[in-house]
Amino acid sequence: MKNFAERHTFWAIVILLIAAIFLWMIFTVWPDWLVDAMGRKKTFVNTLLNGITLGGLYFLVASGFTLIFGLMRNVNLAHGSMYLLGAYIGYEVADRTGNWFLGLAVAFIAVAISGILLQILIFRRMAGDDLRQTLVTIGISIIAADAMLAIWTGTTYQFSPPDWLFGATSLPIISVIRSSGTAVYITYPVYRLVVLAVAVAVGVGLWIFLNRTRIGMMIRAGVNDRDMLAATGVNVQLVFVLVFAIGAGLAGFAGVIGGTALSVAPGEDVRYLLASLVVVIVGGLGSIVGAAIGALIIGLAEQFGLAYFPTYGVVLTFLIMVVVLAVRPQGLMGGRQ
Amino acid sequence: MNGRRLFSGSFSISDIHPAVIVTAVFLLAYPSFASDFFIFQIGAYSLILGTIALSLMMLAGYGGMVSLAQLTVAGFAAYLVAILGDNSMGVMGLGWPWWLTVIVAVLSAALFSTFIGAVSVRTEGIYTIMITLAVAVAFFYFVRQNYVLFNGFSGFAGVEPPTLFGIYWRDPMPFYYLTLAIAVGFFGAVYYGSRSTFGLALQAIRDNPRRMRALGFNVTLHRIVAYFFAGIIAGFAGILLVWFNGRVSPGTIGVDVAIDILVIAVVGGMRHPIGPFLGAVAFVLLENFAIDLIDRERFNMVIGIAFLLVVLFSPDGLLGLWNRFRNKVRFRGNALLGAERVNTDDPASTGSLKKN
Repeated sequence: MKNFAERHTFWAIVILLIAAIFLWMIFTVWPDWLVDAMGRKKTFVNTLLNGITLGGLYFLVASGFTLIFGLMRNVNLAHGSMYLLGAYIGYEVADRTGNWFLGLAVAFIAVAISGILLQILIFRRMAGDDLRQTLVTIGISIIAADAMLAIWTGTTYQFSPPDWLFGATSLPIISVIRSSGTAVYITYPVYRLVVLAVAVAVGVGLWIFLNRTRIGMMIRAGVNDRDMLAATGVNVQLVFVLVFAIGAGLAGFAGVIGGTALSVAPGEDVRYLLASLVVVIVGGLGSIVGAAIGALIIGLAEQFGLAYFPTYGVVLTFLIMVVVLAVRPQGLMGGRQ
Repeated sequence: MNGRRLFSGSFSISDIHPAVIVTAVFLLAYPSFASDFFIFQIGAYSLILGTIALSLMMLAGYGGMVSLAQLTVAGFAAYLVAILGDNSMGVMGLGWPWWLTVIVAVLSAALFSTFIGAVSVRTEGIYTIMITLAVAVAFFYFVRQNYVLFNGFSGFAGVEPPTLFGIYWRDPMPFYYLTLAIAVGFFGAVYYGSRSTFGLALQAIRDNPRRMRALGFNVTLHRIVAYFFAGIIAGFAGILLVWFNGRVSPGTIGVDVAIDILVIAVVGGMRHPIGPFLGAVAFVLLENFAIDLIDRERFNMVIGIAFLLVVLFSPDGLLGLWNRFRNKVRFRGNALLGAERVNTDDPASTGSLKKN
């Protein structure tokens, strides 16, 4: 952080300014000219919160994607399928047992196991052949999408999480002050805040896991130099399996979290695959911090696009990607190739 | 090599491999014995898909850049034909003459492809597939949401090819010959171009970009130019596609279809321009006749499994399978006949057991 401020003083100032403006816009009661220019404050704050929570969801999906790539150079294009598989499995379990948390846990474990199987049965056989691995994941995603369509049909499923997760809460942010003098506070769905909290917790957990544990150390060493790690006597294949399990499990976990926030339907796999792709392209492949920054940017861009220029929301996301690629091909936080 | 002989005048009919003549006669005579369904739905459609896959094969096989956005480029040209020409939806349809529409559509598609190339060649290898996939998905969502220009979800219908020389070009036989002419033209262009200076440089860049850069070649420019040519091929194929379907909608350029194109190219084989056409014929035949064997709904499963098997066991597709089979047979023949030199490293030599 300090390094960044020293090396890129200009950008640090710009980022601080933008953050300050946003904070001011959140907490102040909007004067009339601002309402005229931007519409109601409620829309703005809701969009902002939606963007941040959507960013949290994208981070959950993309962190597994980028983790797997970072270590194994395997672009897992079946990641979206794993998201959807986790959502369906979680739904089945939650629906039959009536326990949403059990569904969450089973989704994580089941998808993690599917990831382990993929790694052992398929990817290990073609280690070092990036393109072929990627093509295989495309084949798997075609088959998985069709199999899931056969089992769960095209119906849209809706989770029913515990009541205390549902509902809305009022935030300490004043929307408008009525002529009578009473302040109207902004209300926001609790569940979306929970998504954000989970994302932050997963992010912090991953950071601790990677930076403060012995296995995390091995993984980081593997990212830097796989062969050297193997030469020091570490069973690299075991590390690969573990990372694949965590990455895939996170996708399944995100499937339940995201499926509850929105809904579960065929086609979601492509949507989240695209989101993961753009997030990691913007953030930098293989970097967890990059995934967090990319997810935040893309989530915000998508929601602001949706609220303020509905038709061109997708284009905004895409433009961000193009600009980042043009200025910094390796992504915002990506290392040199 | 053929080209050099062709232009130096020492080219004779006996230099042409018999398989090529047989194929040519078959393709030309095909409409005389096939039913309209086979001419139009199987023949012409295979050729169109093959041409789109050819543009991917050219990028992936010679340039090492697997672009999932070639269908998007084709779809862009198809949309332009509907927008600039006539359609029956009452949206856009500027009514330009057909030749102007075609020229503008192809050139715009080529520029669009160049743009995609310029964005994606900044990075290398595995990134290309991700970036082009992102472009394809983004364009799909954009087209689906934009009603002013692209008429959103329903797209355009009633797009007709022109009636020229008194022939209605959407009739099965004329349309078949039209697609055949364009497909063979591009096949020849890619085949010939792969031996040109540019083609050889592109293949060298695929194999070792650093060395080529050190030799003074502009690696980025070569790649972008390759995207431009691929865009021209895909653009023409897109125009044929919209004339074939009579309509174009976001579904035409969906991600699943873009992946079908990749499947076609990979299953056919990326080493020789004939591969995409083989893949397309196999794909279209499967698409039409697999329903006799399995539930129509499960078609994607069949395609996915076929694709997976090919990637897992024969990385160079049907072509590779054929080459291996041929080598095996030839090896046996050699063992019997004694030493005969065979050229195995050149997949382009459609070689046979021709004995002198």
